[in-house]
Amino acid sequence: MIQKTPGRPRARRGGAVAGLWNAGPLTRITLLATIVLSVFPIYWMLVVATRTNDVVGSTPPPLVPGGELGRNLSRLFGNEQAHFTLGLVNSAIAATTVTVSTLLFASLAGFAFAKLRFRGRGALLLVMLATMMVPVQMGIIPLYMLMAEIGWTGELQAVIVPFLVTGFGVFMMRQYTMQALPDELIESARIDGCSTFRIYWSVVLPVMRPAMAVLGLFTFMQTWNEFIWPLAVLDPDNPTVQYSLNLLNGAYYTDYSLMFTGTAVATLPLLAVFVLFGRQIISGIMDGALKA
Amino acid sequence: MTVSIGSRAGARAVRPPGPPPPRRGARTVLARWDVKLSPYLFISPYFLLFFLFGLFPMGYTVWVALHDWELLGTREFVGLENFRLVLTDPQFWNAVRNTLGMFVIATVPQLLLALVLANALNQRMRARTLVRMGVLVPMVTSIAAVAIVFGQLFSRDFGMVNWVLGWFGVENLDWTARRWTSWLAISVMVDWRWTGYNALIYLAAMQSIPRDLYEAAAIDGASRARQFWSITLPMLRPTIIFTAIVSTIGGFQLFTEPLLFGNGDMAGGSLRQFQTVTMYMFENAFRRFDYGYASAVSWMIFMLILLGSLLNFVWLRRMGGTK
Repeated sequence: MIQKTPGRPRARRGGAVAGLWNAGPLTRITLLATIVLSVFPIYWMLVVATRTNDVVGSTPPPLVPGGELGRNLSRLFGNEQAHFTLGLVNSAIAATTVTVSTLLFASLAGFAFAKLRFRGRGALLLVMLATMMVPVQMGIIPLYMLMAEIGWTGELQAVIVPFLVTGFGVFMMRQYTMQALPDELIESARIDGCSTFRIYWSVVLPVMRPAMAVLGLFTFMQTWNEFIWPLAVLDPDNPTVQYSLNLLNGAYYTDYSLMFTGTAVATLPLLAVFVLFGRQIISGIMDGALKA
Repeated sequence: MTVSIGSRAGARAVRPPGPPPPRRGARTVLARWDVKLSPYLFISPYFLLFFLFGLFPMGYTVWVALHDWELLGTREFVGLENFRLVLTDPQFWNAVRNTLGMFVIATVPQLLLALVLANALNQRMRARTLVRMGVLVPMVTSIAAVAIVFGQLFSRDFGMVNWVLGWFGVENLDWTARRWTSWLAISVMVDWRWTGYNALIYLAAMQSIPRDLYEAAAIDGASRARQFWSITLPMLRPTIIFTAIVSTIGGFQLFTEPLLFGNGDMAGGSLRQFQTVTMYMFENAFRRFDYGYASAVSWMIFMLILLGSLLNFVWLRRMGGTK
């Protein structure tokens, strides 16, 4: 196709188009400003976490970290109202459980919807897609009443069990499997005498791995950051980490350096994950965008 | 692969006659059941959980909404009375107004900024992944964390926002006190967290636009701004509709930011100046323990979301159509 315009015309075309995709100064300034604005609140969180509470009253505000982090940490973990350690442990348990089970169940169902033929597949898929449109908060009151009925209010399983698999996860796995796994691979495994589960385990799972990494990261982040539902269903003496943050806020006196230390500790694990897997997260979002 | 299939088939053929046939028969029956039942087995965990914790509660809300249903005490069937009360409840409509207001002043600039940002990210540059990560990093923070940090940045006496505004001669603002200032502060929190994410979605769509279009336009002498208006925007329309609908769903559920901005007060300020519909639902359920009324409110929110998404869709469609 390119060979259609050899020699001169091609060079001229290059002249008109040259630099079309190079970032100009305006672009650079826009991006720089955005990155500064994006990163600054997180940086500020770390600054306040390493200083005493006086920091918020001083002008100009100090922009470099101080040396109070150790003292703030011991105040944070020693705080009797917030149960911060328990909150961290609870969130780690909840996020890990939900992530593992979402990966398992979503990949099973996604595989079935993408590659297996069964009666009612289209209708069930449609039902699932419709439910994805329904906002989560619609169900909070009745879900709470249900939890109260079966005695789960205040218990950690209340923030785990209802979320063990989501329609979003199933759909994502289905979309990925549809395009990444050739039908021939499944058929040859069948001829080979593999059971359906064996096919899932030895043929489908390895192919799904990149999509599962992204779904896993998203699910973990979401569960770790969940706020409303734990606030509704859990008790202050058995919180998740986000609930615990809310408990650090005193009624009469706001101890910013304490709250910011808590916020920093609660954010750090996800920040680490983001730094390590940023590339996968970005490509996951961008691939997902194209399929939507 | 093929080698293993061949060798197995060979092994089977060599097998002496006698016992194998019945076993093979049992096997094919099993295999048939396996093919028939496995799909249902695989999707059952999702549907089981969904019925127990999704559909059943949702249906139950309808039932509860038709009752005068309080935590302790009455549980009386009242028909559509709760819905009638919600529709004539000034506090509910105040919450609707606040939600809509914050939705507009958060979403419109957010999507516009995301477009500009995506256009910038689409240029050739060094350290591409690092730049994208820098834009996306707010997404990893929890809403609770965002609300705490921004609550401090927007605080009246020592907040950095007021300090910066002070350079321009603006008096210290009490951001929570007034309707407009509280809406603005809450919108900033929402936008800070989501603009980068939407920019990446737009970027993905922009990268699927054939580059020849731009090159042809450049040869014809179209400026960059012109290219953006005449090529990028029309090609992005489906994606823009998608993000607008997602933002509508998110916008009507706005809860944590305003709640923590008001120090955990579900009323959203002394004059309810930033109480959203979801906060109002929560207030009725978990402060007044009036489950029936709260359920009716939650169904109204659902209707509003449906209506909002529909309007968005139609409007953005038509806007593109007249071009």
